[in-house]
Amino acid sequence: MDLYEHMGKDLFRAHGIATPRGVVAATPDEAADATRELGGRSVVKVQVQVGGRGKGGGVVLVDSPERAAEEAARMLGSDFKGHPVTQVLVEELLPIAREFYTSILLDRSVGEYLAMMTAEGGMDIETLAVERPQALRRVHVDPGLGLRSFYVRELVGTLPVDARDGAGDVLRRMWAVIQEMDATLVEVNPLVQLEDGSVVALDAKVTIDDNGLFRHPDVARLKDQFPIDPVEKRATDAGLQYVKLDGQVGIIGNGAGLVMSTLDVVAQAGAHAANFLDIGGGASADTMATSLEVILSDPAVKAVFINIFGGITRCDVVANGILEALSRVEATVPLVVRLDGTNADRGRQILAEAAHPRIVSVPTMDGAAAEAARLANGAAA
Amino acid sequence: MSVLVGKHTKLVVQGITGSEGTFHTLRDRDYGTEVVAGVTPGKGGQDLEGIRVFDTVVDAVRETGANTSMIFVPPRAAAEAILEAADAEIGLVVCITEGIPVKDMAEVHAYLRGTDTMLVGPNCPGVISPGLANVGIIPGEVCRQGRVGFVSRSGTLVYQIVHELSSAGIGQSTCIGMGGDPVHGIGFIEALGLFQDDPDTDLMIMTGEIGGDDEERAAAFIAGHVTKPVVAYIAGFEAPPGKRMGHAGAIVTGSAGTAAAKAEALEAVGVQVARTPSQVAHLVAERLS
Repeated sequence: MDLYEHMGKDLFRAHGIATPRGVVAATPDEAADATRELGGRSVVKVQVQVGGRGKGGGVVLVDSPERAAEEAARMLGSDFKGHPVTQVLVEELLPIAREFYTSILLDRSVGEYLAMMTAEGGMDIETLAVERPQALRRVHVDPGLGLRSFYVRELVGTLPVDARDGAGDVLRRMWAVIQEMDATLVEVNPLVQLEDGSVVALDAKVTIDDNGLFRHPDVARLKDQFPIDPVEKRATDAGLQYVKLDGQVGIIGNGAGLVMSTLDVVAQAGAHAANFLDIGGGASADTMATSLEVILSDPAVKAVFINIFGGITRCDVVANGILEALSRVEATVPLVVRLDGTNADRGRQILAEAAHPRIVSVPTMDGAAAEAARLANGAAA
Repeated sequence: MSVLVGKHTKLVVQGITGSEGTFHTLRDRDYGTEVVAGVTPGKGGQDLEGIRVFDTVVDAVRETGANTSMIFVPPRAAAEAILEAADAEIGLVVCITEGIPVKDMAEVHAYLRGTDTMLVGPNCPGVISPGLANVGIIPGEVCRQGRVGFVSRSGTLVYQIVHELSSAGIGQSTCIGMGGDPVHGIGFIEALGLFQDDPDTDLMIMTGEIGGDDEERAAAFIAGHVTKPVVAYIAGFEAPPGKRMGHAGAIVTGSAGTAAAKAEALEAVGVQVARTPSQVAHLVAERLS
């Protein structure tokens, strides 16, 4: 789960990392009031779960409450990189002397954490890593050892001498966020040294491991603040793994790998998937009915492709589940069903005997994808 | 012959008394796997369909000589279960549990480096050597004994592709589901290395998916160490960046982890990359004929 900047900063403050004073605003008036409170000038920052805000016009310095209201109105009135905007963060302006960059993240290729520090703040870090790798200090932190002092000394050694203690203190507290909050990414860009010498986190990018959320109910509740597509919400509430996509073929499958593969095979057949939906191991009538409701509520869907490989799941049970679901949900578009694996023959026979007018049963995955693509494209023409 | 599991396997099941644990333990035993013990803390001394239950893994090993563990413990206690098995000097641990926090797995990963224990998973369907032993939840009836080694990140793609291989008369030496989590036990490199050294494996199949760089690192390993033919399949060409596709590890972050980059890296070292799951079986049949 990617946190908004202001949520990350709340975690930072709780762990003793200094951040600018700030107020979250949901309306232009609130942004103006906040700016007044902060002395008449501020920085207005869009709150979204994507990066590149600075370059995209999502971070603006303003010199009056009126200007803050204008910028907030502009940000709140439109999407940012396709993400709906419901909040902005209004922060005080600080006297900055220098800008650095630091982060700690899970490096999955080695199963350890990677900590990074550079004195060249404000740059795109991926570009810096390629163009001037010697300017970026990187150490792998063994989770069994923790962030020992020798790691910290190596990292802050690239900074000006009078910034090292302050930055080292921030690093140790970032490690505490990783350890105590199940974070997989803590990034501060920029980390700044003020004119008085103190070190402050001007930004906060924090990702919390979804699998660790059970240990942090307060963080899990923050999810309610993220705008979510209503269809996606319905699927998630039913315990289904659903991701909205841009195509016309609704997809239902069992197993993440098989569903990903189904999206690809549909694309090769000349159409595009409208969604990713994994119903997991069980394919009960209830699960199937909810899945169909979710998918058919998307007006872009012109055909549905149900792709089931029966392992422990039995295809005759799936077939009955589909028929029962169709007695509860009206199918407005054709359903192409491919059943293979355990009891596939019986499953196909059940569908054949039911002779439901909307169901097209095709025995192979490639054939079924071609049929679903043909039906979706035909309906669109 | 086979790799990882076979007639030598003496299996202890951690979390045997849960409904999933019991169901799959009995299926694996019916398949022919020698199940010697179960472990559930607090239920030591019980008997589950003829299988003795112990309170700790170390007891189970002492009393039965168990050398392999399969884990069905819930996510919040599963990392601890892996550590317990490794501490009891179990040689192979297969962890089926889905949803373990990655921080816990990073700690496990660090600890296992100092031991001789090999981990498969977590969040995986397990390992089967057809005709010999099944340790996990791969449906044994879709497999067929033979000489193709198979390693996959996705479980359902194992079932799908194995079914197509078996239907085409192509049997498997061992099928390994390595799991879909960001921090996991053995990966493509270890599996391909085992198959390369296995005299009864003639060809290997690897199926990957978006996220991470396991496939790219496998390509580098193949170039340097693998002489047997390799056929690959990658899922997720249509997956948009930043969206998690089911598995915790299946996410394209920035420009890293795309299916296209993985397929390209594999093709660059001479691996044939199938475009659909059904094409895998065709390519394998061609290479073996």
